[in-house]
Formats: sequence, C-alpha cells, structure tokens
Amino acid sequence: MTLTVDRGGRALGKRAPAGRPRGNRRPRNPYALFLLPGVLAFAVVIVGPFLMNTGVSFTEWSGVGSPKWTGLANYRELLDDAEFWASFRHSLLMVIAMAAVPTVVGLVLAAALFDFVGKHFGPRIAAVLRACFYLPQVLPIAVAGIVWSWILAPENGSLNELLKAVGLGSWQQDWLGDPDIALYSVMGVMVWVQIGFPLVVFMAGLQRVDPQLYEAAELDGAGWWRRFWHITLPQIRPEIYVVLTWCTIAALKVFGAVYVLTKGGPGGATDVPSYFSFTTFFEKTQVGYGAAISTVLTVIILLLSLVGLKLQTRAEDAEEGGVV
Amino acid sequence: MTAVDTRAGTRVPRRASRSVVARYPVLVALCIGALFMVVPFLIVTVNALKSPAEYAQNGPLSLPHGFYLDGLKDFWDRVDYGQKLWNSVLISGSVAVLAVVLSILNAYAIGIGRIKGRTWVLAFFVLANVLPQEALVYPVYYLSKQAGLYDTRLSVIIVFTVIQAAFGTYLLSSVLGTFPREIIEAARIDGANAWQVLWRIVVPVSRPTLGVLLVFFFIWTWNEFLLPLVMLISNDNQTVSVALGVLQGQHLMDATMTNAAALLGVLPALVFFLVFQRTLTRGIAVGAVK
Repeated sequence: MTLTVDRGGRALGKRAPAGRPRGNRRPRNPYALFLLPGVLAFAVVIVGPFLMNTGVSFTEWSGVGSPKWTGLANYRELLDDAEFWASFRHSLLMVIAMAAVPTVVGLVLAAALFDFVGKHFGPRIAAVLRACFYLPQVLPIAVAGIVWSWILAPENGSLNELLKAVGLGSWQQDWLGDPDIALYSVMGVMVWVQIGFPLVVFMAGLQRVDPQLYEAAELDGAGWWRRFWHITLPQIRPEIYVVLTWCTIAALKVFGAVYVLTKGGPGGATDVPSYFSFTTFFEKTQVGYGAAISTVLTVIILLLSLVGLKLQTRAEDAEEGGVV
Repeated sequence: MTAVDTRAGTRVPRRASRSVVARYPVLVALCIGALFMVVPFLIVTVNALKSPAEYAQNGPLSLPHGFYLDGLKDFWDRVDYGQKLWNSVLISGSVAVLAVVLSILNAYAIGIGRIKGRTWVLAFFVLANVLPQEALVYPVYYLSKQAGLYDTRLSVIIVFTVIQAAFGTYLLSSVLGTFPREIIEAARIDGANAWQVLWRIVVPVSRPTLGVLLVFFFIWTWNEFLLPLVMLISNDNQTVSVALGVLQGQHLMDATMTNAAALLGVLPALVFFLVFQRTLTRGIAVGAVK
C-alpha cells in the first residue's frame, strides 16, 4: 500500500509539467512547515515523556533526587510479582467484558435493528432504540461509577432491594465488596458502558451495504439468521476488526471504573495494570517499578494495534477486490 | 423499493404472515434491553428528588412524593459545583478548539502537501493515539512540576490538545487525502499560497468533519479521568469528572448526596447527547473505517 503511493507520488512529481509548482520537484516541500507546530508539540508532550518513562523503568527512583540505574531489575521483579500477574489476568477478563461481549451483542443488535426493526417498524423506532443503547457511552466514567456503586450497594442498593421485592432475597450479594464476585460486577458495569459503541459503528457500517443484497436473499427464502450470517457479517468485517481493536485497547487501559467502583479491591480482586501502575507511582512512590508496569502495558497495546491495523487493511482490500 | 416489497408480499404470503407473529416478541425483547440500559438513569433521577426521610422510609425503588430539590442544592453548594462546571467547560472547550487547529495543520501537510515520508509521520500519529496515558502520566506530572505548571488548568489543556490531535490528524489526513487536487492546483495557479489555500479552500470544504471532531474532543476531554486526577489537586481547578470520582472514592456520601452527585453528573452528558446525537453517530461512522 505505502509503496504504490510513494511510487505514484514520485512518478507524478517527475512528470509534472513546468508551471505547476509541485512540492516534490523542489528540494523543499512548502507544506512541510505546516507540520512544525505539531512536531514540536508532540515532541514535548508525548515523545519526551514517553522516552523518560521508558528510561526510568530501568532505574530505582522515588521521584525525588536522581534515579539509580538498576538495568532490568524492575522487569525481573515483575515476572515474580503475583500482583502484576493477577492484574493482567483481570485485564483479560476486562477484554471479554469490553471487547468480546459488546462486539457479539452489538452485531446481533445492529442486525436486528437494521434488518428487522428498521424494516418492520420504521427507522424512527430503530433510532430511538439505538440511542438508548448508546446513552452510557457519553457518560463520564466517574458518574457511571457513582450510579452503579449505589445500585450495587449491599445495604439499600437498588439491585438487592429489587431481588428482595421479587422474592429472591437469598440472591442478595455484596456485589462490589465480596472478593469472589467484585470483578464480575465491574465486568457487568463495563458491558453496560461499552455496548453502545459497537452497535453504533456496526449500524453505520450497514448503511454501506447494498439493500438489494438483502432483498435478493429474502426473495430466495433466506431467513433472518442466514441473512445475518452470509450478508451482514462478511459485509461489515472491516468494522468488526476496528471495533475489536479499539475496544481491546480500551479494556487494557481501564482505570476510572476500577478507581471509582472498587479502588482495585477488595484485597486486589479487581486490580488492573493501569490502576496498579497508578498506585505504584503515587502511593508507593516506586516510580521505576511503576514505569516498568506501564512500559509493559504500552508494548502490549502497540503490538495489538499493529495486528488490528493489519487485519483491518486486509479486510478492506479483500472487500474492494471481492465486490459482487 | 416498494415494487420489490409488494412482489415479495404476493410471492410469499404465508411467510410474511408468520413473520408478523414473530415480529412483536423480538421488538419487546429489544425494548426490554433498551430499558435495562436506561433504568440506572431513571433510578438516579427518581431518588435525587426524594428527601432523606422519604428515602429511609420507602427505599430506593419507590416513586417520590414531590420534588425535593434541597439535596441537589446542598450538594451544589458543598462541592462548589458551578466552579467545577466552569473548569470542565473551559478545559474541554479550549482543548476542542486547539486540537482541531493542530489536527488540521498536521493533516494539511500530510494529506494535501503529501510531504516525504508521510506514511511514517502518519504511523507515528496513530501510535501516539493508542499510547496509554499511564506511560506518560508520571513524566508529565514531574515535568509540569519543574515548569511550575502543576495543578494548573493550562497544563491539562496542553496535554489533551496534543493527545486529541493525534486522533484528529489520523482522521483528517485520510479525509484530506481524497480532496480533489484540481481545486488546489487551480488556486495555486491563480497565485494563492499554501496558507491561503488552507484557510480559504480546505477548511471551509471540510467543515462538517471539523465539526464532528470538535464535538468529539469536547466530550472526550470532559470525560477524561486519569490525567486530570493526577494533575488537578486543588478544589478550584478540578473538573466535574475528577471531583465526582474523588468524592465517590472517599465513600463519605449518604444516599441522597450520592444521587444528587450522580444526577448533576448525568445532566451535562444528557445535554451533549441530545444536542450532538446526530453529529456523534455521523462522526463515529466517519472514524470507524477511514
């Protein structure tokens, strides 16, 4: 992809007739200047701090005085740190709650709203339903945390009250205070928060699909499920990869929800890498160790992004090549 | 379209009638799902309007007898909520405008200027976009202290302007990459320089995309938590998200207080949602697949 663009650009530059000031023909491209503010800002705010963070991860430092070089000691320590491994295990469960479940549910919902409700009950009802599912997405996570902490409270919490009201009093739990179920409660809240994003993206993607495909399939007697499997899924494959990548990254970065719902507790039962690095930085003031945690997290996220980007471009190329 | 419909109807009358039977259960199931999504908002609203006595007597699931607004007022005064709102508006608004300007400058060089090595430059912005803030937070905290910017709204504005511009650059570059070259060439032949082409042609034509970005950046910054939590420690500088998150973390609020906090936190989000819903859904469609 990049190669052809570059080749094309250069070839054009050589062939461009005189009188058309093409940037590539001159030694200096006049447009390059426009990148200057961006490059400077990114160097100061992102590149500099990131390099500093990576450097600090090879040292022992409390944030005061000068760091002491310790090489790979922090990383060796991480490998033996049960807390670190636990936080990444919880991260995997967050990926299920924020990427896998919302993508699957979002697909079914999008197809149902687009290919069923929109058709039989009109686009307005579909739009209203879509809005309801999307609503939690615009909420600050701190506010979502307050709402759910209160609903899931052991005493007088709405969920427990509701269970009592319908005669399931024995099912009452300390949803966020019991180490065995706190993580599942947080996962449930994150599903609620996240579900709207895949739904909206998939519904937007379905707008691209030629309605004649559905009509032809319907005439051939394909039911809703077969249309979903053979038309909807293949047609919005690029969107599926985008959503999976985005949501997985978001799940690995989850911080606010854990902070407001459980503070990583009880007893570390809901600790995640992001929160773990935060407490290591600012509560234990082991800056070097915290930097090592966040560096590992960064490497994982960057690798995932590259894989996601590859899958996405491949899906798009396949789609362009295989249009009926 | 309609022709196809009637044809389908005449050809397969039996299946059509069967689908009518199946229609309503599916709709009902979807509505129950949607209701489940909205119920937390309703519960919060209902309880924010109850007096503490009423709440203690009837629990969280009863309807309020009247409009008890003292809880909301008490909470507002106690946390100086007006100041928090102003901080959020100031920070989010500044970031939205500045990040859009920075994005368009970057994207102009990449998408229209087609500078050398633009693929790498773009790859860099994409990476900057997914970089976790955890890998920046301590250096940003430390360096801002050195520069005397710690605990200022300006520091948060600077950092988020750059972080949001990473996404904006990526999105706008792909949009401007498909910009009709003839228009630019024509303007250049007429003697317009690169600066004039940007402000008189490119910006006006891509106004819809810029509007979407503006809305996105505003809401994203409004909802940010980790960096503002670390950077803004004094009450006078805190944003709504941070103030509410910290309060919740302290577990010092009673039920009425909690609901007042939640309702006041939900209301701005609802306003954004209603005002920008069209922009948002359109924008997500733009951003999802470049």
